[in-house]
Amino acid sequence: MSGDGLLVAVDSPVHRVPAQVKLVALFVFVLAVVSTPAAIFWAFGVYAVMLVAAVAVAKVPATVVSRRLAVETPFIVFALLLPFVATGPQVDVLGLHLSQSGVLGAWNVLAKGTLGVIAAILLSATTAPRDLLAGLERLRLPSTLVAILSFMVRYLSVVSDDLHRMRVARESRGYNGGKVGHLKAVAGGVGALFVRSFERGERVHLAMRSRGYTGQMPLLSVSGATRTQWLEGLAISLAAVAIAVAARVVSL
Amino acid sequence: MHVPDGFFNASTSVATGLIAAGAVGFSLQRANRELRETGPALAGLTAAFVFAVQMVNFPVGAGTSGHLLGGALAAALVGPWTAVLVMSTVLLVQGLLFADGGLTALGTNITLMGLITVLVGYFLTRALLKVLPRRVGSVVPAATVGALVSVPVAALAFTGLYSIGGAVDIPLGKLATAMVGWHILVGIGEAVITAAVLSAVVATRPDLVYAARHLQQDLVLVDADGNTSTVSPDRPIAAKPAGRSLGVGIAVTLLVAGGLSLFASAHPDGLEFVGAKLGFEGAAKSSAVAGSPLADYGVHGIGNAQVSGALAGIIGVLVTIVVGLAIAKLASLRTNKAS
Amino acid sequence: MSGPAIQVERLVFAYPDGRQALFGVDFTVERGERVALLGPNGAGKTTLVLHLNGILGSVAGGTGSGRIQIGGTAVHREHLAAIRRKVGLVFQDPDDQLFMPTVRDDVAFGPANLGLRGSELDDRVHEALVQVGMQDHAGLAPHHLSFGQRRRVAVATVLAMRPEVLVLDEPSSNLDPAARRELADILAGLDVTLLMITHDLPYALQLCERSLLMDGGRIVADGKTRDLLGDADLMAGHRLELPYGFDPLSVPGPERA
Repeated sequence: MSGDGLLVAVDSPVHRVPAQVKLVALFVFVLAVVSTPAAIFWAFGVYAVMLVAAVAVAKVPATVVSRRLAVETPFIVFALLLPFVATGPQVDVLGLHLSQSGVLGAWNVLAKGTLGVIAAILLSATTAPRDLLAGLERLRLPSTLVAILSFMVRYLSVVSDDLHRMRVARESRGYNGGKVGHLKAVAGGVGALFVRSFERGERVHLAMRSRGYTGQMPLLSVSGATRTQWLEGLAISLAAVAIAVAARVVSL
Repeated sequence: MHVPDGFFNASTSVATGLIAAGAVGFSLQRANRELRETGPALAGLTAAFVFAVQMVNFPVGAGTSGHLLGGALAAALVGPWTAVLVMSTVLLVQGLLFADGGLTALGTNITLMGLITVLVGYFLTRALLKVLPRRVGSVVPAATVGALVSVPVAALAFTGLYSIGGAVDIPLGKLATAMVGWHILVGIGEAVITAAVLSAVVATRPDLVYAARHLQQDLVLVDADGNTSTVSPDRPIAAKPAGRSLGVGIAVTLLVAGGLSLFASAHPDGLEFVGAKLGFEGAAKSSAVAGSPLADYGVHGIGNAQVSGALAGIIGVLVTIVVGLAIAKLASLRTNKAS
Repeated sequence: MSGPAIQVERLVFAYPDGRQALFGVDFTVERGERVALLGPNGAGKTTLVLHLNGILGSVAGGTGSGRIQIGGTAVHREHLAAIRRKVGLVFQDPDDQLFMPTVRDDVAFGPANLGLRGSELDDRVHEALVQVGMQDHAGLAPHHLSFGQRRRVAVATVLAMRPEVLVLDEPSSNLDPAARRELADILAGLDVTLLMITHDLPYALQLCERSLLMDGGRIVADGKTRDLLGDADLMAGHRLELPYGFDPLSVPGPERA
C-alpha cells in the first residue's frame, strides 16, 4: 500500500481547501450524521445528496469511492444479521421473521456507516498526506504524535514493499503449504520484517541526529486558513448540523 | 474490528473519545523519555510495520480470515506507552488516509484496539515473566499468552460497549459468546504471529525487546591491546521490575472481562427505548430476556440468563488463560531441554 | 581552528548486543583530501564512520574508548552540535536519510536544526538541490523518485548544512551506470574533505587518491589507492576483488586530473 493513501491527484475546489478546514468539516459532518435519529429517513437522503455533490465537485471517480467502501463489509454483514437476532416485536417480510428494531438498527448502521466512510474517502482522496499532517499540526495535535504519524506515512510504502518482496520470494520458491503451513510461513516473514523495520527506525534516528536533530521536529505548516476558506469549507457540514437539529426536533 | 461511524451512539463515541484522548495524553507523558532516546522515527516505523502486518490475513476457519491487531506485540517490543501511541497512530492513519474506521468512532477504536489489547497484553506478559525462567527468551511464551488473551478481552469490551451504546437490542450473552468465541480463534493467529516475531527479534536483536530489557546479560569488551573487560549492557530505559504477580495480572484481565460482560448483561434494555419512541412500546414490553434463545448456549444450571451470559464470557477468557499458560509452560520446558 | 580534518586514535567499540565491531582504529585525513575506505562486509566501516559525528561511541553513551578529532575539535558531548555541522554523513540507503514527507522538507531539516528560517532557509535548500541537479523535484515525496534521484537528494540534505567533511557510505551502490557517473561528477566538483566507504574499486580509484583498507575492526593498510588495488596479495587477503578486466595501473585517476 502506498504512502499516498487514497489521494486522487487532480485539481479541484475541494483539493484547494486547507487540510485543517477539511478535517474539521469532516468531523462536524459525521457528528451531525451520527446524531440524527435513524427513523428520519429524509435527513439521510439530504446528507447523501450533499455528499455526492461534493464528490462530483472534487472530481473523485465513483469507482474510487465504491472500491474503498469495501472496508465497511464486516459491519454490513453484522448489520444484515441484526434483523434476525435482535429481540423485540417481529414483522414478517417475504416469509421471514424479522425484528422491527433489528431492521431499523440495520438501516441505522448501514446509513451512518456508509455516509461516514464516503465523507472520509472524500477527505483522503482530496488531501495529500503531507497536507493532512500539516493540518493536524495546525489543529494542535501534540507534536510528538505528528512526528510519529509523519514517519509512519513516509515509511508505509517502504515497509509494505519489503513485505511484498518477501511474499514474492516465498511464492517463487514454490511455496504452497496448507493452512497451518501458510500461517507459519507468514509469521516467520513478519518476524524478519519487524527486525528490518526496527533497524531502519534506528538508522533513520541516526540520520536525523547526524543532521542536528535534538528533539524538535521542524514545523510543516506555514500559513493558516482565511475566514472565507473556513466558511466555504464548512458549508456542507454546517448545513448537515442544521438538518440534524431539524431531524431531532421532528422526531420529538 | 474497525468500528465505523454511527455504530455506537453519540454519547458512547464521546465517552470512548475521552478515554482514548486521556490514554494518549498519559502515554505521551510516560513515553516521553524513551521517545527522546530512540526518536519518533522508531515509533513511526513500528506503526508502519503494524499497519503493513494488519494487511496480512490468516485463515481462522469456516472459510474466513482474521488479521493481526498487534497491540500485545507492540507492547512487548516497544513498551506499553509507546505502543499505545503506535496503535493510535495506526488507527488515525487508517481513518484519515484510508477511510478505514469512522472518525467519530476513532475513540472507540483506539480504546478497543489501541488501549485494551496493549495493556492486557503487556501486563500479562510482565506477570508471566515473573514465573518463567529469567532470560530474554522467556518473553516469547509470555507475550504469546498476552497476545492470545488480549484479543478476546478486546472483543468482550466491544460487547460491553455495544450493551451501552449499540444501535439495536440483541441478546448480549449471545453476542458476547459469539464475539469471544470467534476472537479466541483470531487470538490464536495473533499469538502465533506474536511468537514468531518475538522469536526472530530475540534471535537477532535481543536488546530490542522492551519487556525483557531487565533480563539482559553483561557484555565482554576487548580493547586495543587485547585486554578483556566486562561491562553492564546499555540500559537506556531501565524497565521497572514487574511489581505485579501473575495472580494480579490475571485478576486485572478477569476484572476487565467479567466486569464488562456483567455490565453488558445488567443493561439489556440499552436501546429498547428507541423502539419505544417509534411506537412499538406495547409490543416491546415482552421481556428481551425471556424471548431470547440464551438457553441454547448459556451455562447449564444457572437460572438467570444474564448471569449465565456473563459467566460464559468469563469462562471463555479463563479457558484461554489456562490454555495459554499450558502452552507457555510447554514452550519453556522445551527451550530448557534444548539449552 | 587547526589540525587535520579527521584524526582517529585507538578507537574501540561494542554494540549493545555484545558484538564488538572496532578493535583499535588509528588514522588521519588531512584537509581537502579524498579518501576511500575499503574492506569486506562486516569489517566495521559503517560503525567507524558513525563515530565521526558522535552518533556511536562513548560520546553517545555507548560502550567503547578512544579519541576522535574533527578539524582540531574533539568529538565530545559538549561539541556535538558543532561536530555534526562539520561532518556530513550520507547513509547507504537513501530511504534512511530521506524521512520527511517531501524533498524540500527533507533538505530543509538540517539547516532548520542549525537555526535557519524563512528566505535564508529557502535559499539554502535551493542551493543544495541545484548542486545535485534536483531543484525541479522539490515538491515530490521521496517514494516518487528513482533510486538514483533519492541518492542525489540524500547528498543534498547533507550539503545543505555546508559540512567541512563529507562522509559517504557506498555512494555508488545500486545505481545504474549513468546515475553512478552523474554522482561521480557531482562529488568531484565539491570543495570538501571526502571520506567514502565503497566496494566499487574503480569508483575509489576515480575519485580518491588515497585509500584505507579495513578488516576485522582494524585499519590493515593505508596508501595510494592505485598501490593498494595493485597489490594482489593484500587484495586477496581481505576478500577484495577487482572487476573483470580492470587494471588499476592502466586507467587515469584523480592524481592526473
